[in-house]
Amino acid sequence: MSQFILHKENTRGHANHGWLNAHHSFSFANYYNPERMHFGVLRVLNDDLIDGGMGFGTHPHDNMEIITIPLAGAIAHKDSMGNSAVIKSGEIQVMSAGTGVSHSEFNANAGEQLNLLQIWLFPNKKNVTPRYDQQTLDVAASHNNFQQILSPNADDAGVWIHQDAWFSLGNFDEGFETEYKIKKSGNGVYAFVINGEVTINGQVLGKRDALGIWDTDSISFKANTAGAEVLLMDVPMELN
Amino acid sequence: MQTTILYIGRDTEITTVMNRLLNARPEWKGICVCSDDEAIAICNKQHLDLVLLGNGIDAECEKALRAKLTGMKPGLKIIQHYGGGSGLLYGEIMTALNH
Repeated sequence: MSQFILHKENTRGHANHGWLNAHHSFSFANYYNPERMHFGVLRVLNDDLIDGGMGFGTHPHDNMEIITIPLAGAIAHKDSMGNSAVIKSGEIQVMSAGTGVSHSEFNANAGEQLNLLQIWLFPNKKNVTPRYDQQTLDVAASHNNFQQILSPNADDAGVWIHQDAWFSLGNFDEGFETEYKIKKSGNGVYAFVINGEVTINGQVLGKRDALGIWDTDSISFKANTAGAEVLLMDVPMELN
Repeated sequence: MQTTILYIGRDTEITTVMNRLLNARPEWKGICVCSDDEAIAICNKQHLDLVLLGNGIDAECEKALRAKLTGMKPGLKIIQHYGGGSGLLYGEIMTALNH
């Protein structure tokens, strides 16, 4: 019997720092809700709006798989591994923090707001060698299709991380229906609606709502509005 | 009364940041070290409420450290700190102290 948890958009943690307007799906920084600590190994899902030219100065990370998906605008990234890059909407960035890495992240455009999703997963192995990657996504491939954008395998589609997790992104025509099969036994899916309205396993979800589902091997999906856009995060439910 | 938290991690830069973060809150007193010997010496001479294990501590060292610290202070809470910064810190500490 499948189980689920519904996280409506307006139940997320919220922190408005002026230049940064952040919504936290799970406890983060000063937002602490013991009922919202993680979904399996998915520990952080931050929906950040960052003013033009503003951002996060150099700061360290360790032992976390950090995935950044710009939804609008572009982010300028620099890190202690020597990487310097701009990641735009339609691209994905991944950083395995492992034994430790420092980086900075700024809105690359002075006159445009940046909206990004920052997602942190617990790694399946501690103290790995830090690594960085970014990829341009094939937007056409995600039309009426859950396109895989992340996996545990270096030779598979999308970026890869140190965790048995798969992310898929799709944008859909109104009325489009499909089924998503969970990639690995013991995994659950955290479905986050980026835009539009969808129905997943009978639950109607609006923009920025999320549904976590586990103890099942598949989920049913229907787009209720044109241009509905959804990110599926297929993650182990057991912490390593 | 302050909660005394010992952080042990191998990266000096992260350890410095953790020291700043832990001591930024008046309710916490943070002691941050990079070596296991220092950690054991501190545990031996003062009260601790919580130990955070940071980055770079291999499995063998972690096992030995946990045994040594809990040998000196049975029931001492020892948890892994993930992320190396402020993002998860408050939640980790609150969860550990409330359980």
